[in-house]
Amino acid sequence: MAEMALLIVGAIFVNNVVFTKFLGICPYMGVSKKLDTAAGMSMAVAFVLTLAGAITYIVQHYVLVPVHIEYMQTIVFILVIASLVQLVEIVMKKTAPALYKALGIYLPLITTNCAILGIAILSVQNDFDFLQTVVFSFASALGFGLALVLFAGIREALDLRQVPKAFAGAPIAMIIAGILAMAFMGFAGMVK
Amino acid sequence: MEVNRLLLMDSSPLGRDGDSTKKIMYTVILTLLPALTVSVWMFGWNAVRVLALTSIFTVAVEALIARFVSYRIDFMDGSALLTGILLAMNVPANAPWWMLLVGALVAVVIGKQVFGGLGQNMFNPALVARVFLLISFPVEMTSWPLPGAVDGTTGATPLGLLKTEGLGALAGTHLTDLALGQVGGSLGEVSALALLLGALVLFYKKYITWEIPVTFIGTVFVIAAVFNGINPQTYAGPLFHIFTGGVFLGALYMATDMVTSPLTFKGKLLFGFGCGFFTMLIRLFGSFPEGVSFAILLMNAVVPLLDKYFPDKRFGMVKNG
Repeated sequence: MAEMALLIVGAIFVNNVVFTKFLGICPYMGVSKKLDTAAGMSMAVAFVLTLAGAITYIVQHYVLVPVHIEYMQTIVFILVIASLVQLVEIVMKKTAPALYKALGIYLPLITTNCAILGIAILSVQNDFDFLQTVVFSFASALGFGLALVLFAGIREALDLRQVPKAFAGAPIAMIIAGILAMAFMGFAGMVK
Repeated sequence: MEVNRLLLMDSSPLGRDGDSTKKIMYTVILTLLPALTVSVWMFGWNAVRVLALTSIFTVAVEALIARFVSYRIDFMDGSALLTGILLAMNVPANAPWWMLLVGALVAVVIGKQVFGGLGQNMFNPALVARVFLLISFPVEMTSWPLPGAVDGTTGATPLGLLKTEGLGALAGTHLTDLALGQVGGSLGEVSALALLLGALVLFYKKYITWEIPVTFIGTVFVIAAVFNGINPQTYAGPLFHIFTGGVFLGALYMATDMVTSPLTFKGKLLFGFGCGFFTMLIRLFGSFPEGVSFAILLMNAVVPLLDKYFPDKRFGMVKNG
């Protein structure tokens, strides 16, 4: 139980996907202009990431390892994740059209969200069992969501500030991301 | 509708007092004098050197920027000087000059001017610089000269000792030493009481309100008391935790920064709680001995969300109205 708690805290804060692993930077920059789209994207990523974690675990341990084609891992994982995103897209189009519209191009872009492939590969590298993989994937997604929502809040507030023209938009977003990454270094060492 | 929301203000009567930004800045600087006096008394000329260098560097950097931008920057409005002094209070007295220059550049350029200057920054400039220095030059930033010791003698702070050696190493440290400032540390970490003395003026002038400092220090106290109560052999007591490190400096002067703290009552309470919580989380479980600067930076990032989701109830306001 304590081990699981450490895994969760570690994935959310200490080894935050965005701030310490620098994975998933493109949606982090792209979908963080408004809080509601950021929240929607976080949920979509949480859903896809958890599912992807579970399915890639099964693929790794019941397909790749038994037939000794571990070297196909990257390609197979990308295929699995891409088809999963298609599935989520179809479901979301029917059940939550507003969210589907709001996410727009970013939903298909989850396919290429390196955080998802990264977390799936990391779970394999760390020799997690099935439960650990699912928990780790979900907690990492929470960490991603935390980073995204925090950042979206800041960017909304930034609209009211007189940022110099040379720094407005992407440059100031990069600088803020850097400062946030520094602040998250404070969590270093909490989980071995 | 969007514009309407952006321009929302409080209803009348709107009071106005004569205090300009400049007056507030220089008043805050004056209230730091008791703490600065203690620092100079403890660390001698080294403290004066650090103070002078950071003050000159921050004002000079701001003056340099003012030359190159099309809008007006009043680099003598006291805000750059205050950032410089707060930065000095966040570094050890034996910090080399180039480190102070890097700190001043980070504080003024990255912490403040890229956001548009005074009143536009989202993070406390002095803390951005401190955290930047701490993770870039960890050795220089953590070899603290001991107060009153022979030149060149350095040692760990009480929090550093607690982290590396355990509670037993602190047997010789008395609480009164901690409160008055007879311990190693950065310039502003030494005397909690002198800081409180200066901050009383700020409370009286209503430049800062009680919510953030009380919840910040209170949260640190309560969390420390709980852990100390569970296992007094491993965890230091609550008074130790509030009097060591930057808790008083952070709670009174850094977290209460008008620009980077929440505007609403509930927002301020949560902000103070978050600062205290993350401070203790890092102190008890992190690899850094001190967490105040990280905690305040983290909470600075949450301020927009706090302001948005915990608004004050205005007179006549209807829920979902």
